[in-house]
Amino acid sequence: MSLVAETPPRSAERFRVTRSRRNVAWTGAGALIVVVVLALFPYIVYSGTTAILVQAFIVLTMASMWNLLAGYAGLVSVGQQAFVGLGAYFVLILALHGTSPFAALPVATIGCGVAALPLWWLVSRLRSGYFAIATWVLATTIMLIIEKFSSIGGGTGMPLPGLAGLDPTLLTAYTYWAGLAVTVVALAAVYLLLRSRLGLVLTAIRDDEVAARSSGARVGLVRMLVFVVAGAGCGAAGALLAISQLQVQPGAVFSVQFTAEMAFVTIIGGLGTIEGPILGTVVYMVLQQTLASYNAWYLIILGLVAIFVALFARRGLWGLVDARLNVRLFPVGYWLRLDEERPRSLRALARRG
Amino acid sequence: MAWVNAIIQGVLVGGLYALFACGLSLMFGVMKVVNLAHGDLAVLAGYIAIGIIAATHVPVLWSFLIVVPVMAVLGYVVQRTMIQSALDRSILTTLMVMLGLSVVIENGLLQFFTANTRGIGTGLALVSDSFSIGSQIQIGYLLVVIFAVAVVLLLGLQYFLSASRYGRLIRAVADDREAAQLAGADYRHVFGIAAAIAFGTVALGGIAYGMYSQLSPTTGTDTILLFAFAAVVIGGLGSLWGTLLGGVVLGVAQQIGAQISISDETLAGFIVFLAVLVLRPQGLISQGAQS
Repeated sequence: MSLVAETPPRSAERFRVTRSRRNVAWTGAGALIVVVVLALFPYIVYSGTTAILVQAFIVLTMASMWNLLAGYAGLVSVGQQAFVGLGAYFVLILALHGTSPFAALPVATIGCGVAALPLWWLVSRLRSGYFAIATWVLATTIMLIIEKFSSIGGGTGMPLPGLAGLDPTLLTAYTYWAGLAVTVVALAAVYLLLRSRLGLVLTAIRDDEVAARSSGARVGLVRMLVFVVAGAGCGAAGALLAISQLQVQPGAVFSVQFTAEMAFVTIIGGLGTIEGPILGTVVYMVLQQTLASYNAWYLIILGLVAIFVALFARRGLWGLVDARLNVRLFPVGYWLRLDEERPRSLRALARRG
Repeated sequence: MAWVNAIIQGVLVGGLYALFACGLSLMFGVMKVVNLAHGDLAVLAGYIAIGIIAATHVPVLWSFLIVVPVMAVLGYVVQRTMIQSALDRSILTTLMVMLGLSVVIENGLLQFFTANTRGIGTGLALVSDSFSIGSQIQIGYLLVVIFAVAVVLLLGLQYFLSASRYGRLIRAVADDREAAQLAGADYRHVFGIAAAIAFGTVALGGIAYGMYSQLSPTTGTDTILLFAFAAVVIGGLGSLWGTLLGGVVLGVAQQIGAQISISDETLAGFIVFLAVLVLRPQGLISQGAQS
């Protein structure tokens, strides 16, 4: 996958290309501290708080995956609930055969990644909007097929076995740690993916698909990989959902509401950035917690805000933060550091011509 | 005989699906907008009709005369404001805005009208009656009327697009926006007109579905949008007659599925959709017809 023709330096200007202006080690250390503090939460906060955080982990994982799809690969999927549901059902089926649901979680993740391949083959024939609805039809079809098997609960679903013997406090803590682990792995995977060569192609597609294609980027192949990764990630979120709710019900786990949530969280936070979904999840959780007693209102407000952001603040909340402070929590781009000048981003340089 | 009945019912229901689908097809054909809020708008129209009938006690058929123009005006306004400004940005933005609109309408209906299902009670003998052929085939007048309306609507749209001044404008803009603009066409206005027609047909579909079955806030996404989309893909993107054929194929597949097991009705339709997607992605009738 050779992407960009090698261009010789324009002049004898001395410059260095770095990932970040600050030492990456500091960001890494910061992230590590955040994760460690979060990991200690079950010891210091009430279980109600960790339950809310598990919900946030699920939303953040899903949103990061949707961001990868829509923000980078240009694939607006309205059918990611297919993988949420499949993940939940993988856990249920394994648990019915005696596997611990926690051990089933990574298997479900991989299973969903594998399941994404044939599904990609089906929907990749369609572009943009038609791709969106086709993924949706596919998700509904999978749900209808699963509902036919009464051994896994049929249309009404069934409780998740295998966790009844666990002490409730311990179960809450385990669920929380599983959620934290899933989120950390998902974010790390997205970060590493975007830092890799593949990420360069993805960023190129995000910025200009035609230009990326004509530079020789294998757009189809890259899109398939992203679809598989997003499938696995949403599957992990679904597995987590099954464990946290102790119940798998087809209408609930295959609900299109999940896709609406991941889309809104990503759009509001900032499409095409890793930080966006994190910020979006915070906004989402605050809205959801404050408006929880007003039924559907939080989705209405989220939808309206998402429409507004998509139209008038296309880079989302993180875009506003970035415009003021010019920071990256997850440096995936490159900085061109000229020796005599302060560093500028490549994009800013490109804008200057 | 039961199978013949299933096929006849399927063909007739296909008319209803074609009614759902033609607005979706038109908006995609003209402005490349995939209206994810399509089904929710149909349900919205149905609820408006229910509200008007309850408030004013006008006869059911009169509600069409009110709701269809109201939705058409709404279509023009929504196109000129929200959809156009999304289109000016990118296809991706348009999709996200339509997704947002869909969720807002659906949850708005849920908030104000609860999740209960509602039908549009007509009280007309024409709607509830049926006639029999032989002993096993019973055909409801309502479905026959809906099918006839769908055919007339498609014929009308066909004629409108090929023969009228605005129809030619719409086709010109759909074919080549820049060239049409150079020739003096205001494409934004033309888009607005196309959206108005699409929303009008959506209103027809929504009310027809309310009379045929029951509406609930989620009907728009889990039934109307997905069926409309399946009909469009089965028939072939951008062909009006393909849309009718797609609706009929979907309807027949569902009725045959229902014959095998009543719970397989929806699944059978989607499996035919997926089969078409695999075997003939361009649809049964490929591009070439109007718009």
